[in-house]
Amino acid sequence: MDIRSQISMVFHLDKCIGCHTCSIACKNIWTDRKGTEYMWWNNVETKPGTGFPTRWEDQEKYKGGWELVNGELKLKSTSKVKTVTNIFHNPNMPTMDDYYEPWSYKYKDLFDAPAGDDQPTAKPISMVTGEYMDIEAGPNWDDDLSGSPIYAENDINLDVLSEEQRDQLFAIERLMMFYFPRICNHCVNPSCVASCPSGALYKRGEDGIVLLDQERCRAWRSCISACPYKKTYYNWNTGKSEKCILCFPRVETGQAPACFHSCVGRIRYLGVLLYDADKIEETAKHSDHELVDTQREMILDPFDEDVIRDAKKNGIADSTIKAAQESPVYKFVKDWGIALPPHVEYRTLPMLFYVPPMLPVMSSQEGDSVRSINEEYFPDFEKARTPIKYLAKMFGGGNESHLRYVLKKQSAIRAYRRAVTVGDIDMLNAEKALMEADCHPKEADKIYKLTSLCTFDDRFVIPAAHREEAIEMMKDPLEHKQEAGFGFREAPERGK
Amino acid sequence: MGQLKSILDTFFFSMFPYITIFTFLLVTIQRYRSKAYTYSSLSSQFLENRQHFWAMVPFHYGIISVLTAHFVWFLVPETVLWWNSVPARLYVMEIAMFIFGLMTLIGLVNIIIRRQTNSMARFVTTKADWLVLGFLMIQIVTGLYTAYFHRWGSSWFAASLAPYLWSVFKLSPDLTYITAMPFMVKAHIVSAYSIILLFPFTRLVHILVLPNPYLWRKPQLVRWNWNRKTIRTTEKNS
Repeated sequence: MDIRSQISMVFHLDKCIGCHTCSIACKNIWTDRKGTEYMWWNNVETKPGTGFPTRWEDQEKYKGGWELVNGELKLKSTSKVKTVTNIFHNPNMPTMDDYYEPWSYKYKDLFDAPAGDDQPTAKPISMVTGEYMDIEAGPNWDDDLSGSPIYAENDINLDVLSEEQRDQLFAIERLMMFYFPRICNHCVNPSCVASCPSGALYKRGEDGIVLLDQERCRAWRSCISACPYKKTYYNWNTGKSEKCILCFPRVETGQAPACFHSCVGRIRYLGVLLYDADKIEETAKHSDHELVDTQREMILDPFDEDVIRDAKKNGIADSTIKAAQESPVYKFVKDWGIALPPHVEYRTLPMLFYVPPMLPVMSSQEGDSVRSINEEYFPDFEKARTPIKYLAKMFGGGNESHLRYVLKKQSAIRAYRRAVTVGDIDMLNAEKALMEADCHPKEADKIYKLTSLCTFDDRFVIPAAHREEAIEMMKDPLEHKQEAGFGFREAPERGK
Repeated sequence: MGQLKSILDTFFFSMFPYITIFTFLLVTIQRYRSKAYTYSSLSSQFLENRQHFWAMVPFHYGIISVLTAHFVWFLVPETVLWWNSVPARLYVMEIAMFIFGLMTLIGLVNIIIRRQTNSMARFVTTKADWLVLGFLMIQIVTGLYTAYFHRWGSSWFAASLAPYLWSVFKLSPDLTYITAMPFMVKAHIVSAYSIILLFPFTRLVHILVLPNPYLWRKPQLVRWNWNRKTIRTTEKNS
C-alpha cells in the first residue's frame, strides 16, 4: 500500500442558496488581475443549465477527461503523439467566446459628457481591448434560468431523460432547479497533470492539492482541453495557465479556503482522506456504474491499525492521521455514504463530493393546503420533480441506485427529525423508516448535527502543514534568512 | 563606392555573425536561468481560434521544413551535390522546398492579417512581435526570390555558401564567395543573422521549448515536500 493524504471536500447541495459569496471571495483574492478577469476558479451554476464555460459537460466538444480504450486509460483530448502533431494548434481548445468577454463601463463619460437632452450613459468597454463592445454573455449568464428553452434546455445531462420528463421540467409550476457550486476537484487521477507537456502541473505529495507551476508553464494549453471540469484557465495576458489553488497559503496556516470560509449556507466541508495510491489506475478502469463504489473503496479507514502503520511508514504526520480520523468528509463519503463525486465517468477520481439535493421539498397537496410530508415516509422518487436519472447522470456515473440510497436516507432523517421535534409523525414508524434507509437513530442524529448545527471547527478539519520541515529539507533556514525571499520577486508580465 | 561596399561586406559577413551568435548564446542562457517565467509561446489561440489554424499550421510546418533543409545543406554539402547530380532529384527537392517556402509565406501573411483584423489578437501583439514578423517577412520573401530567380539554390548553396558558413564557424570568415553574391542573397543572410540577434529578446525563445520529458514520463506528477526515499529506507532500517 502506498498511502497518501488528500485534502478533500464535501458540498451539501441542499443547503446552497446560490448567493455567489464564494465566487466573489475567490475573485477578490485571486483573479482580479489583468488576464484573469474572465476566470472563476469558484463558480455557482444553476442546474438544469449550461454552466461555465457554456456546456462544459459536453465532452464530445471539449474532449476532457479520460476514456477506456481496450481496457487502457487514455486521455480524450491528447496523447504523447498528438502532443507533437497538434503542437501549433490545439483542436479542442475552448476560446473566450465559450466563457465570456469581460467588460467594464466607461464611467468617466457620466462626468465628462457635454450638457444635452438625454442622460449620459456609461457604455460597456471590453476589459481585453478597452474598446466599446456589446455584452453577449457574462458570468452566471443563465443564473436562475432553469426552465428556459434558450439556456436550461441545452443542459447535456437532460439527454438521458425521456421526452415526457423533459417537457415536465419546462412546464410552468413543474420546473425545478438547484445550485451547483464548483471549484477544482483536486482529482486523484488528474487529466490536466497527465496532459501537460511541460510538467508544470503537479499534485502536492503531502496534501494532494493540484497546482500549476507558473515558471514551468509554456502555454501549450493542453490542460485547458484535458480538464473535463474546465477548471484550468488560460491567462491571455501572461501566456500562462492558472487554476484554483485551494487557497493553499490559507490551508497551510490552518485557515479554510476563502470560498469555504465565506460560505453563507455553510454547505462546505473540508477534511483529510487517506487513500491507496497503488490502486488509482485500477480504480479508474472500472465501468461507469461501478466507479462511485470503487472510488470509495480506494479511500481507507483512518482508524484501521494497518492503515495507520503504513501511513506513518509513508511519512504522513501523526497530526494528519488524527485529522483524517476527525474528517467530516470521511463521514459524509464513507461512514454515511451520502456524498457522491461529480461526473465520476470522466475517470479523474475527483476529491470533491456532493450531497445531492432533495429539492424541491417533497409534499402532497390536498385541495388548497399543502402537507409538508407524505403519509409514506419515502415519497416516490420516481415521481419527484427532479428526475433521479438526471441526478444519476451528474453524481452517479449513470447508476441510479446511489442516488436512491442518498435521497432515501436524507428523507428518512427528515421524517425522524420531524418525529423528534414536531411529533406529528409516529416515532416507531420514523425509526422503521430509518432502518429501511440503512440508517439508525444515532447515525441520523450525527448526520443531522453535522448538516444543520455544524460549527466552524466541525466543518473544517485542517491538519498542520509542517511547511517548516519542508523548507528545512530544501535549504538551510539560516541561509534562507539572508536572502531576498522566494517566489516571484518581479511582477509577472507578458513575455518580459 | 567599391570601398563602402567592401566595408559593409566585412561588417555584415565577418563581424555581425559573431555579434549575433555571442549575444544569442549569452542572453538566451541568462534569460532561462534568471527568468524562466518568460519562456512561453504566448499563445493567443484562446482569443481567436479559426484564423489561428490557417496561420499557425502552414507557417510552422513550412518554416520547420525549410530550416531543416538549410541545416542539411550546411552540414553535408557533398551529399547534397551528389543528390543534385541527377536533375530529376534536384527538381523534386527544389520544388518541394519552394512549396514549403510558399506555405511559410501564406502562414505568415495569415498571421499578420489575423493580428491586424482581430481586435483581441491585435491588442496582445507587442512592438517586438511586429519587429519579429517584419524580419520573418524579409527572410521569407528574399528566400523565395532567391529560389526562383537564382536557380538552383541547393546546388550553389552547397558549393559556395556552405564553405562560407563553415569558415565563420571556424572563426576565420572567408568572404571570397560572398562578395560576388546578388543583393537578395546578401539580404537573406543579413536578415537571418538579425533574427538570431532578436531571438533571445523576443517570443522567439519559445522555439527552444520542446515537450521532450513529456514523451517519456509517467502520466501523473507528484512533488513531495519531504524525501520519500529517505523516509522509507530509514523506516526499513529501524
